[in-house]
Amino acid sequence: MRQIAIYGKGGIGKSTTTQNTVAGLASLGKKVMIVGCDPKADSTRLILHAKAQNTVMDLVRELGTVEDLELQDVMKIGYGDIKCVESGGPEPGVGCAGRGVITAINFLEENGAYTPDLDFVFYDVLGDVVCGGFAMPIREGKAEEIYIVTSGEMMAMYAANNISKGILKYATSGKVRLAGLICNARKTDMEFELISELARRLGTQMIHFVPRDNQVQRAELRRMTVIEYSPEHPQAKEYLTLAQKIADNKMLVIPTPLEMEELEELLMKFGIMEEEDEAIVGIAEAA
Amino acid sequence: MSDNIRKIEGITKESTEALIAKTLSVYPEKARKKRAPHLAANDQGSGSACVKSNKKTVPGVMSARGCAYAGAKGVVWGPIRDMVHVSHGPVGCGWYSWGTRRNMMSGITGVTNFAMQFTSDFQEKDIVYGGDKKLKTLLQEAHELFPLAKGISVLSECPVGLIGDDINSVAKASAKELDIPVVPCSCEGFRGVSQSLGHHISNDTIRDYIIGTREFAEPESPYDISLIGEYNIGGDAWSTKPLLEECGFNVKSVWTGDGELEKIAATHTVKLNVIHCYRSMNYMCKVMEEKYGIPWIELNFFGPTKIRESLRKLAELFDDNIKAKVEAVIAKYDPIMQAIVEEYKPRLDGKKVMLLVGGLRPRHTIGAYEDLGMDCVGSGYEFAHNDDYDRTAPEMPDATVVYDDPSEYEFEKFADALKPDLIGSGIKEKYVFQKMGIPFRQMHSWDYSGPYHGYKGFEVFARDVDMAINSPTWKLVKAPF
Repeated sequence: MRQIAIYGKGGIGKSTTTQNTVAGLASLGKKVMIVGCDPKADSTRLILHAKAQNTVMDLVRELGTVEDLELQDVMKIGYGDIKCVESGGPEPGVGCAGRGVITAINFLEENGAYTPDLDFVFYDVLGDVVCGGFAMPIREGKAEEIYIVTSGEMMAMYAANNISKGILKYATSGKVRLAGLICNARKTDMEFELISELARRLGTQMIHFVPRDNQVQRAELRRMTVIEYSPEHPQAKEYLTLAQKIADNKMLVIPTPLEMEELEELLMKFGIMEEEDEAIVGIAEAA
Repeated sequence: MSDNIRKIEGITKESTEALIAKTLSVYPEKARKKRAPHLAANDQGSGSACVKSNKKTVPGVMSARGCAYAGAKGVVWGPIRDMVHVSHGPVGCGWYSWGTRRNMMSGITGVTNFAMQFTSDFQEKDIVYGGDKKLKTLLQEAHELFPLAKGISVLSECPVGLIGDDINSVAKASAKELDIPVVPCSCEGFRGVSQSLGHHISNDTIRDYIIGTREFAEPESPYDISLIGEYNIGGDAWSTKPLLEECGFNVKSVWTGDGELEKIAATHTVKLNVIHCYRSMNYMCKVMEEKYGIPWIELNFFGPTKIRESLRKLAELFDDNIKAKVEAVIAKYDPIMQAIVEEYKPRLDGKKVMLLVGGLRPRHTIGAYEDLGMDCVGSGYEFAHNDDYDRTAPEMPDATVVYDDPSEYEFEKFADALKPDLIGSGIKEKYVFQKMGIPFRQMHSWDYSGPYHGYKGFEVFARDVDMAINSPTWKLVKAPF
């Protein structure tokens, strides 16, 4: 069983990419479980065709204690026999979402959710590793393989670099490794080249460049992955290719995160940022 | 001061410093460096602290300290009897702090006192989703079940602070809805280095939510005082309050032993604040002095010598009427106290005591032991600050060892060397020393006894000390040193 965690900046398309990729793996005959680690609980809707799955924490709240919970209450089976679990958690601003992830994953472990027939477990994790809870999926004995979803946008790349710093910390004490960047294209300038170069500098690979296509949105409106909605569409082929590349991937590295100056220099080189000119810093366009 | 320097035979600055050096010598360098400033020989003449204090406990040594929550629940808020005190968080903090301090209460449980354990009993779901809604329900239910409770305090345990629950807004809304004071107290255990910060935080919440919100029904008199930092341990306040009343004072409120919310809230109208436990409540005395111009005085009600001194010091601030009454009270009790001393002193004379208590008694009780002919050969605090050690210097005999937040190891080594006849400390220390064959009294809770304050208390104190030291049990135990 390979355990894989997907990280990336909020809104970059982690959940969509994860579900389409997992659907691809399922159509290749693999047994997969998705564990949504985001209080928004939108990591499994395309697989289950559901608005929102009952989450582990929702049920814990309803029943009073985690001890009263049964695995079948929280694990649903969707497209391609994919097992789906959502950790769930509070709305923004209250409680502790990170603890929700810890509680949910502990529950899954204690209740035998990690069955030997599984080929892959995917953790779809909230944008930023803001606390220990969101690092839970990459702690000892869990995901050892991390993919970062990014795009050619500056903030997405900053986030990818920051996540690499987090991985580096865990990698030096454990087995967790960076397995690649997935470029979820936003059609920015020189996006392919830029992310390929960022991957190279991080010591990893851009495992796949997923082009932007509205077919993804059309499928999402029906709460489906492209793989299921239109298996013959070119975008479905892209996700299948990504799935195959992940299945075959052996390149697991300890990342070499960039210093901030180095990252900015990279952006300048690819024309995203102007040459450093302190005179323009803090001056508005109209000024 | 110099003519008051007291020496103990066999104890010199050199001998104490050698003892400290020997004790520290087993530590790794880093720990030794950190602990060294917290241990010193007393300089009685200096009138100032000889040790560093109020610092984080050195990891790896056992400390007797408690946490900020303990300071809020156990010390300041908990003793107010006509309020519901909610331990907000997982169940253990509330449970293990329930009644353990022996701050006694009058009244009828559920009617005029609420000495029960109220807790929000946090579960995983409350951590993840936040406990605000649960708290709101709890406050509602507590009010419905106990409509006579005058107010509610919400005492935060660690997780509440970690997840950032907004207890202030819940308290505000509930106070309005229930029409009683609901006081949010962010006394999470991880805050500060000891329970001392919990006292301060609690004092601040009394300042912000309670003081000045009520008036006494009866007209003011020039003899209106309040008794601050008296927690009624083993019934102490039931000794000190009547004593002060006998001296002609109107004790309008007691903070917070057997305390009543509305009286505490009206304390801003008294003429003088008498403070006993300086460490835990000096903050509010200073606030009332600044805001309402109320002077305050520190007194000591342990043992006849200190009581006499204290009453006279107090009388000095009042008219001849009070002075005459105070002298009459002293004259009345002196022979009774003399009889007690005559009974016990022959059995206790020259006995040595070592102390490690919270923030007051390591200095305040020394006089009471001396009244019985005993010598304090070492003293220290769990959570005192520099100003407490300043006040300690003149009380302790010269060159005796002063220890701040000592580890069990240090305390044991000092006891091993000084061979005291009695140790006065807490439950965590009790069995260590009893196993060493040293008589012991718990001096936080008066060891299921009390009161020890006031004239009434001295009789009990003398009896207990005699009973501990002269118990025949100890002759049956062979000390390993």
